[in-house]
Amino acid sequence: MNHGTAAPTLEIDALSCVRGDRVLFRDLSFEVRPAELLHLKGRNGTGKTTLLRALAGLLLPESGEVRWDRRNIRSLREEYSRHLLYLGHLNGIKGDLTAAENLRIAATLDGFELSEARAWEVLGEIGLKGHEDLPSKHLSQGQKRRVALARLLANQARVWILDEPFTALDVNAVQLLQDVIRRHVENGGMAIITTHQAVPMIGEHTRTVSLGSADA
Amino acid sequence: MLEPLYWIIRRDLTIAMRRRSDVFTTLIFFVIVVSLFPLGIGPEPGTLRLIAPGIVWVGALLASMLALEQIFSADHRDGTLEQMLLTPQPVALLVAGKVLAHWLVSGVPLVIIAPLLGLQYDLSMDALQALVISLLLGTPTLSLIGAIGAALTLGLRSGGVLLALLVLPLYIPVLIFGAGAVEATVSGLGGQSHLSLLGAILVASLVLAPLATAAALRVAED
Repeated sequence: MNHGTAAPTLEIDALSCVRGDRVLFRDLSFEVRPAELLHLKGRNGTGKTTLLRALAGLLLPESGEVRWDRRNIRSLREEYSRHLLYLGHLNGIKGDLTAAENLRIAATLDGFELSEARAWEVLGEIGLKGHEDLPSKHLSQGQKRRVALARLLANQARVWILDEPFTALDVNAVQLLQDVIRRHVENGGMAIITTHQAVPMIGEHTRTVSLGSADA
Repeated sequence: MLEPLYWIIRRDLTIAMRRRSDVFTTLIFFVIVVSLFPLGIGPEPGTLRLIAPGIVWVGALLASMLALEQIFSADHRDGTLEQMLLTPQPVALLVAGKVLAHWLVSGVPLVIIAPLLGLQYDLSMDALQALVISLLLGTPTLSLIGAIGAALTLGLRSGGVLLALLVLPLYIPVLIFGAGAVEATVSGLGGQSHLSLLGAILVASLVLAPLATAAALRVAED
């Protein structure tokens, strides 16, 4: 057994989620390994977001468990959060703060220091040059999304869980985001994403899991 | 470990400074409520001195309840709250930071303005002092206890009423000992014991309330 030496994986074991009294999925099992991109597919209402929230530990599944490095994320909690970057439908940025402030505070809460200069650099990279010190509420929808996505560039998390990351982005930004995700995966990171867009997916390490088709 | 605490307080204070009108709502409400009573009741100093502690304290309690919903609702709406639950920081610590920031913005102004309002009631210097100390010990407790209620009612449509019903019973001891401290000072008995009890309640809620609030927030985001 090479426990501890191998890079940790994310295991999903017999996961079931219920919303209201409707079963979204039952006994879902799969594994995400380092340097792997998991594309989660499924029609609206098949539980993609629910699954992602369960993987992030925001939502308690009905049964089954999610394991990081062979331990249940419920018991790991903060230790697991350290490796995780979750981006949901909400951007998680404050409208009254500037893009740079948002980024720096997110970084501090994620447990690392981000200098003002580095924050500006990252925002320039994501295409927000000239908007760094504007209150975020004055930005467009796509620009707000970019502020949220700038965290991907600044962060060192190993697991990215991205719920519809391409929404509201223009063509250039979609291209940029794909590159960012590809680089992350090539460097040994994991990414779990949902998207409805026909994005030419990224590299040969892409796997697909479909929800809602099996027991339809 | 204290770095994130500092940042969360700084963040919330920055936001509060950029939308000052929210801050003044609480303060102005307090000033209006407390100032109307002397006008309505009439200028009999004996009566005013008698009712002052109760009225100032009830005003402070209502004002702080008015501000409660704001603690988490904006963060809940824009997704920063769920991000907070996903950081490697202990959630209770972040909650403590948020409550402290909330108290600095909504509670401290009440403490500062209270002696001025107390003058309308012809309170003696000793009584004013007791009033300030009791508010200083009591209002953070109100914020801490209120945060539990705010977290529990997060995302509910008519959360305001439910919030009031949830926290009011827990506010009552604070009200009794807070107003009691001033009253005891006015009548010459000395408010020491009341203030000690207020301090004890503050310490207990300082330890327990952030934990309860953190748990409630996890449920709210589920």
